[in-house]
Amino acid sequence: MTEPERDRRAPAISIRGLRTQFGRQVIHDGLDLDVRLGEVLGVVGGSGTGKSVLLRTIIGLNRPRAGTIKVLGQEQARMSAAQWRRLQVRWGVLFQNGALFSSMTVAQNVQLSLKEHTALPQRLMNELAALKIELVGLPADAAGKYPAELSGGMRKRAGLARALALDPEILFLDEPTSGLDPIGAAAFDELIRSLQQSLGLTVFMVTHDLDSLRAICDRIAVLVEKRIRIGTMEQLLQDDHPWIHEYFHGPRARAALGA
Amino acid sequence: MATAAGWFDTARDGEDLVIAIGGRWTLEAAKSLDASLQRLLPAGARSARFDLAPLEELDTAGAWLIERTRLAFDAAGVPVTISGVHPEHAQLLDRVAEAGPPPPPMVRARKVPGVDFVAGVGEGAVAALRQGRDLLGFFGLVILTALGVIARPGRIRMVSAVSHLERVGLNAMPIVGLISFLVGVVLAYQGVDQLRQFGAEVFTVNLVGIAVLREMGILLTAIVVAGRSGSAFTAQIGTMKVNEEVDALRTLGLDPVEVLVLPRILALMIALPLLAFFADIMALLGGGLMLVVLIDATFPQMMQQMQDAVALSHLWVGLSKAPVFAFLIAMVGCFEGLRVSGSAESVGRLTTQSVVESIFLVIVVDAIFSILFSYMGV
Repeated sequence: MTEPERDRRAPAISIRGLRTQFGRQVIHDGLDLDVRLGEVLGVVGGSGTGKSVLLRTIIGLNRPRAGTIKVLGQEQARMSAAQWRRLQVRWGVLFQNGALFSSMTVAQNVQLSLKEHTALPQRLMNELAALKIELVGLPADAAGKYPAELSGGMRKRAGLARALALDPEILFLDEPTSGLDPIGAAAFDELIRSLQQSLGLTVFMVTHDLDSLRAICDRIAVLVEKRIRIGTMEQLLQDDHPWIHEYFHGPRARAALGA
Repeated sequence: MATAAGWFDTARDGEDLVIAIGGRWTLEAAKSLDASLQRLLPAGARSARFDLAPLEELDTAGAWLIERTRLAFDAAGVPVTISGVHPEHAQLLDRVAEAGPPPPPMVRARKVPGVDFVAGVGEGAVAALRQGRDLLGFFGLVILTALGVIARPGRIRMVSAVSHLERVGLNAMPIVGLISFLVGVVLAYQGVDQLRQFGAEVFTVNLVGIAVLREMGILLTAIVVAGRSGSAFTAQIGTMKVNEEVDALRTLGLDPVEVLVLPRILALMIALPLLAFFADIMALLGGGLMLVVLIDATFPQMMQQMQDAVALSHLWVGLSKAPVFAFLIAMVGCFEGLRVSGSAESVGRLTTQSVVESIFLVIVVDAIFSILFSYMGV
């Protein structure tokens, strides 16, 4: 698919004039953002600028004060409960620490949404869960384990398998590589990229990891001054906003980007 | 999108079986496709070809069904070629083929009913004994730590103890008071009802006074506090354990028993006798009020009767048990909290266990006290 052709289609996520606040603390003000279908978007920003809040607002865990959020062409505020449930099935979310249900095994975690939303026979659900567990690179014996028995990296992979259970169109990732060793983080980046390509996913990824940004993100959205500045890595490298400049030209960035 | 649901067609091409696969092979179609694909057999064919050209949409569920059918044909000795793959589907098919057949579901050990029951009883007994041993060990640890702190009183965490005192003592007063008042009412009512048959209603005062002061007041308070504060101790410490806060304390050179356990035990040992006294007063008030209504006595008459019939020693017998019960409840609560490991689920399980265990211990120890007091003649 060529660039202009992709642009003509409706964006996967479209946000206009978003305002969120907690009490009197304003997090976002007049924020606009378009996420294109089939792209990997990295969201960066300093601590406390509301990256995770933005993610939670898009998936409906926070109510915005003002503005519109359209996901897959449907506007959040105007949906009935049934429409909302149908939309929720079309995205998958990986929370920062996996948020696996601790009373269930990994296989049961993955099967939960299959059980809730489809009427498949148990045998096929077992097969699909095992397939998803294989796809995210977990060893087969992890399926019968409880989350407390897994390492941090394995828990993230299991969380990803659960997020992919219903073959979603959009994948939301909250700091997928935080807390992983560099080799594990690189492998996780690679995994997300290859899943994104083979499943045709749109990925919305909150991250701090410059390596992930360079390795797998098509575009990068930077949260500064309660709004988003978006561009490719090359465009943002030219940006002269002080925070963005510091972010992409600081010592860590130079080391990571080899600039 | 107006596309057909997933379908497949089989046709013969000489000794070849050609299966055309088309429409949307996605999760929604998976149920019906799964059933019909399982009946599909490569009977009599030398080889098979899957034609994917009519395929419109594919997700992992569909790709898995295609792959599974291919594996089944392979296993039956019929090699499969795949043709007409759209470029956008190729990668997904490859990935699913790479992931390979899922392992067979775990085989659970076969269960023999009788043996299982016996094994369960044995396991339960061993677990209960082990639990008892661990609790005894914790008791020793608490005593040793307490002695260490008493030797150097500067290390008592007063701020923490006072804050717990407010939570387990002051904040528990309304519920303890209400329950005791109502139990006093019930006791008086039942007493009058029964004793009236002998014309001895007035002795209900003795009944209510002695029952409340010796047993009911303290026992009820202990049970309410076990459910209210013992469980809170387990949940608080358990959550800290899950968040690795307890490990953090250790690495900072602080002893969790000294920092977390002792202030809670101290607070409850102060609070429970006071609460029990409050409960006694409220229960007597409830009973007295009921008697005034039921047997036309005046309140001063009741007080007089009470003073004649009920010796002060009954109050002391009841209250002397309070610090012991408090120690038991707080110790069990903290012990179960420290046993939490890993998950949120274990917090819940151990909180329940802590309440059951501390109420059980309170009642056992109360029985021992009764025997002891009767030997001592009080």
